[in-house]
Amino acid sequence: MKMKNRKQINLKTIFSLTLVLVLLVGCERNLSDEAVFATFPNTADIFTDSPVSLTDEFFRSFDPALGANPEAFGTDDDVAFEGNSSIRIDVPAANDPNGSFVGGIFLDRGVGRDLTGYTALSFWAKGSVTATIGLVGFGTDFEENKFAVERQNIQLSTDWRKYIVPIPDPSKLIQERGMFIFSAGGLDIIDSVPNGNEIGFTFWIDELRFENLGTIAQLRPSIFSGEDLTEQGFVGSNRLINNLGATFNAPTGEDITVGVAPRYFDFSSSNTDVAFINELGSIEIVGEGTTTITGQLNGVLAEGSLSLEVLGSFVGADTPPARDPGDVISIFSDAYTSVNNLNFAVFNDPNVQVQTQNFNNDQIVTYDNLGFVGLGWDGTNDVSAMTHLHIDVQLSSPTSPALTVELIDFGANDADGGGDDTGGGFVVPNSELIEGTWVGIDIPINSFTQPTGGGFAGSPNLNNIARVALISNGSSFIVDNIYFYRE
Amino acid sequence: MNKNLNKIIGALFIPCLFLIGCGTDDTQTVARFNNLVAEDNFDIDGQIDTSFWNFDIGDGSEQGLPGWGNNELQFYTDRPENVTVENGFLLITAQEEDFNGAQYTSARLQTKGKIQQRYGRFEARIRLPFGQGMWPAFWLLGDDSDGSVWPQIGEIDIMENTGDAPTEIFGTVHGPGYSAASSISKTYTLENDRVDTGFHIYGIEWGPNYINYYVDDVLYYQITPEEVNEETDGEGEWVFNDREFYIILNLAVGGNLPGPPSEETVFPQTMVVDYVRVYESINTN
Repeated sequence: MKMKNRKQINLKTIFSLTLVLVLLVGCERNLSDEAVFATFPNTADIFTDSPVSLTDEFFRSFDPALGANPEAFGTDDDVAFEGNSSIRIDVPAANDPNGSFVGGIFLDRGVGRDLTGYTALSFWAKGSVTATIGLVGFGTDFEENKFAVERQNIQLSTDWRKYIVPIPDPSKLIQERGMFIFSAGGLDIIDSVPNGNEIGFTFWIDELRFENLGTIAQLRPSIFSGEDLTEQGFVGSNRLINNLGATFNAPTGEDITVGVAPRYFDFSSSNTDVAFINELGSIEIVGEGTTTITGQLNGVLAEGSLSLEVLGSFVGADTPPARDPGDVISIFSDAYTSVNNLNFAVFNDPNVQVQTQNFNNDQIVTYDNLGFVGLGWDGTNDVSAMTHLHIDVQLSSPTSPALTVELIDFGANDADGGGDDTGGGFVVPNSELIEGTWVGIDIPINSFTQPTGGGFAGSPNLNNIARVALISNGSSFIVDNIYFYRE
Repeated sequence: MNKNLNKIIGALFIPCLFLIGCGTDDTQTVARFNNLVAEDNFDIDGQIDTSFWNFDIGDGSEQGLPGWGNNELQFYTDRPENVTVENGFLLITAQEEDFNGAQYTSARLQTKGKIQQRYGRFEARIRLPFGQGMWPAFWLLGDDSDGSVWPQIGEIDIMENTGDAPTEIFGTVHGPGYSAASSISKTYTLENDRVDTGFHIYGIEWGPNYINYYVDDVLYYQITPEEVNEETDGEGEWVFNDREFYIILNLAVGGNLPGPPSEETVFPQTMVVDYVRVYESINTN
């Protein structure tokens, strides 16, 4: 019954209203008189028309050895949102010899500021084009980065706009030196793939400060990206609580999500005889049993958790037998010299969790909730002289497992694609997959006859093998010792 | 444009206070609505006072208004999941659930035939929900027992908000010549504050030939027959001296004004009402 369209009233009406206001308000007006007792200065401004109480160097760049371009930072006395100067950043092109991106931090020149009275970092920015700034935030001091907060991918306009980075829990920031962090790379208008065709652009930042905004609210923290995970763990191992975030509702009504350092959270383990957690969010597994890991930020329970089942200490797979180097081409094993730069998930389904761990100098990889994953490495290998592929797997999920091992050959061009790639799969019999037990599977090299999930027909060429893939139905596995050998 | 106007109001308001202080302005006649005639403070947990409130149930189809006239998405119920009293507050809660063909449920309470009055001060202290698609309202409709139909009966929307604008509320009137999309409305923006983090008092003071809208201690809008005249080029008819009006409190989900909830909208969402009070003037007008 109330379809809306908002109309305006005119100025004349407003003026007459102000007279009425006075009468209605009367004399009752209590001013809040809260005093702030700060041990450290609570200076809000970071940059207005010049740096405010920052170190003499003002801008401390990321390491040029990693591609950061320290020449790209400056100020501009011809452009300002307010006053007469702004920060000017000339984002380099990807092929700039001085460095392919710009980024760094501003540090408080003293021992740090008391930011407990603020709720957000804010600034105004505009760009020469509507590019995206990869990262803005605060709390990074190039030391411990204890209370780092990062907002990713803010979209610039060619006119000034205000940007906000919420402070997840201001009470933590009693002495903070990391006033600002940013990082920006070139604009890619062609293919959105980081491949060197990104072009440079300019953006300006002004009125950079901490603010006490009453208009940011509805904190929703998250750990593990908000997922409820279930994993098996082993006594004596560690697991990091990762993907920490905090989502706020901005005055515009949009949600803003920031990445948050672990020290903002209070983590808890429901059974500290099984695992406990340090302030850096590292879970230390100390006993058998089950425990659930949760987190709180500023008194709000975080979305996401980890249920850990710990059955005991880790027992490794049998060490592979000593072999003549000419009889082995190893992909992943501590017993042999393996391929270079192995990537445990060069491609994968979105749900699989991939993690490597070391026990007694033996690295293993776990694939939890596996749909599919491909292992890739530098170059390709000719395995045509080998007789078998060996893989050690231990099922770590309870029901109805499935596992197919695939080989993918890149063909004569040694490259992904090009029409000469082949592939094929071998279905591991379910009876060989036993929860909690290592199984060594030896697959005859000519048995990869099944069509693959990626569309190959089966029975691949063996001269340019580039990938080993594992396909499952959401089961979880521990994997070790993947190698080709000949008898 | 709205924001600019509000800034102007803010700028004018503060200097006036200091200049005039506590004196009275003898050029104005202001009715004092100090006589409390009805209130619900929601003091009994788990109970809605049915001597005060009626429930509107359904999706509006039974009332001949599917989607309650605005393509709203909720099905109103009187279940405790949607409406209850806890710790001295009325809770109207929008849930995301499949229910009688709707995707959402919520509640709508009104006082037709129970608490009705012509003129007076109507106010409620409310904390609003947040998120795209939320459409809470505290409003009045004219009594239609004489057979008159909307918009002839008049509608005074004391407070409405859309959840995608957490710092803004708006007050509106509908009548013949200025209803629905051409209603007369004004937006008020809270100063460094939001509607969903704390309680605010939303009210009107309504007398012959005027309705004053306020939030907390700020009067932000006055609607008069002259205003209606001006807004409608003389077409609109002032219908707010004619009849008694009753109160409605509801939390709609979706609909023409706010649009549907988004992926980011968090459910459930609750509109928390501390009290509803109705005063009449003790002056003899």
